[in-house]
Amino acid sequence: MISNGTLCGLKGDVVKVTVKRLAVLCLLLSLCIGVIETSAEEVRAQSMQSSQQDEFVPIDQLDVEDQLPAAPLLVAAYAFAWFAMFVYLWSIWRRLARVERELASLANRTTGR
Amino acid sequence: MMHRMFSVVIVVATIFFVCAPVFIAWAPYESTMGLVQKIFYFHVPSWAAMFVAAFVCGIASAVFLFRGRLISDRIAVASAELVVVFGLIGLVSGPLWARKAWGVWWQWDARLTMALVLWMIFIAYLLLREYGGPGSEKLAAGVALFGMANVPFVYWSVNVWRTVHPTTNVVPTLVPGMRGPLWWSLVGFLLLYVLAMMARVRLETQRAALEQIYRELDD
Repeated sequence: MISNGTLCGLKGDVVKVTVKRLAVLCLLLSLCIGVIETSAEEVRAQSMQSSQQDEFVPIDQLDVEDQLPAAPLLVAAYAFAWFAMFVYLWSIWRRLARVERELASLANRTTGR
Repeated sequence: MMHRMFSVVIVVATIFFVCAPVFIAWAPYESTMGLVQKIFYFHVPSWAAMFVAAFVCGIASAVFLFRGRLISDRIAVASAELVVVFGLIGLVSGPLWARKAWGVWWQWDARLTMALVLWMIFIAYLLLREYGGPGSEKLAAGVALFGMANVPFVYWSVNVWRTVHPTTNVVPTLVPGMRGPLWWSLVGFLLLYVLAMMARVRLETQRAALEQIYRELDD
């Protein structure tokens, strides 16, 4: 004869075992998914890296548009700055010389009177 | 006294400008842009000199408007011309750098467009002075005030709006090797500004003297 209490205890043990099994199964499943995902990621990264390496073009094999040298741009910028300042100072000097010449000639005229 | 000061400034500015390329050549290469980044050592000081010139023009114009001092008007017109000259250097050197760094000569973004507008305001000032007829000095002084008010907006535009232009954070975070040549160029440009200002104000003073003599002769 099995008592009611013993039956309940047996049922409880079965449930516990089932839960434990389910938990282990879940853990194993998540581990498997993790491993698969990681390896897939690695494969993806490797393929991307190899495709990026395939895309690499040495600088001397680039299109003419992309091979823009920096030196002429640098020289042009500095030359323009010097040229602009030189022209401006020269223009001031010329304008000043003209006005001072005119002032001197006027002074001569007024003293001549 | 004025003549001696002028000579000293010429000598000092020449020393600064002759030595600047040597210091710039010694400066370390920037890791991503390489050689073309060295345009920065003339580009930034030219804009700094332009901003100083715009402020001087605006303040002198305000003094002329509210106090009527003629010397302020002469300083304002001299400084406005220098805004255009230094602005032109900045507007040419910038695209030469951008062609390599960005792949394009120009972008219609907030910073570049506002800088162009600022430069055009001072061109408008000079055109008004030249062709505006009698009384245009006061109108031009008003334009100069607007130009000066535009300067802080141009400066902060890179921090406020999304632009391709580097932010104002670049200069304070420069490595010591780059900081020296930049300051050297900056002082050189500012000395050049002082030198050109002195010569240009003298031209305006002589013009005023000439006009005065003609007026007296007419009377």
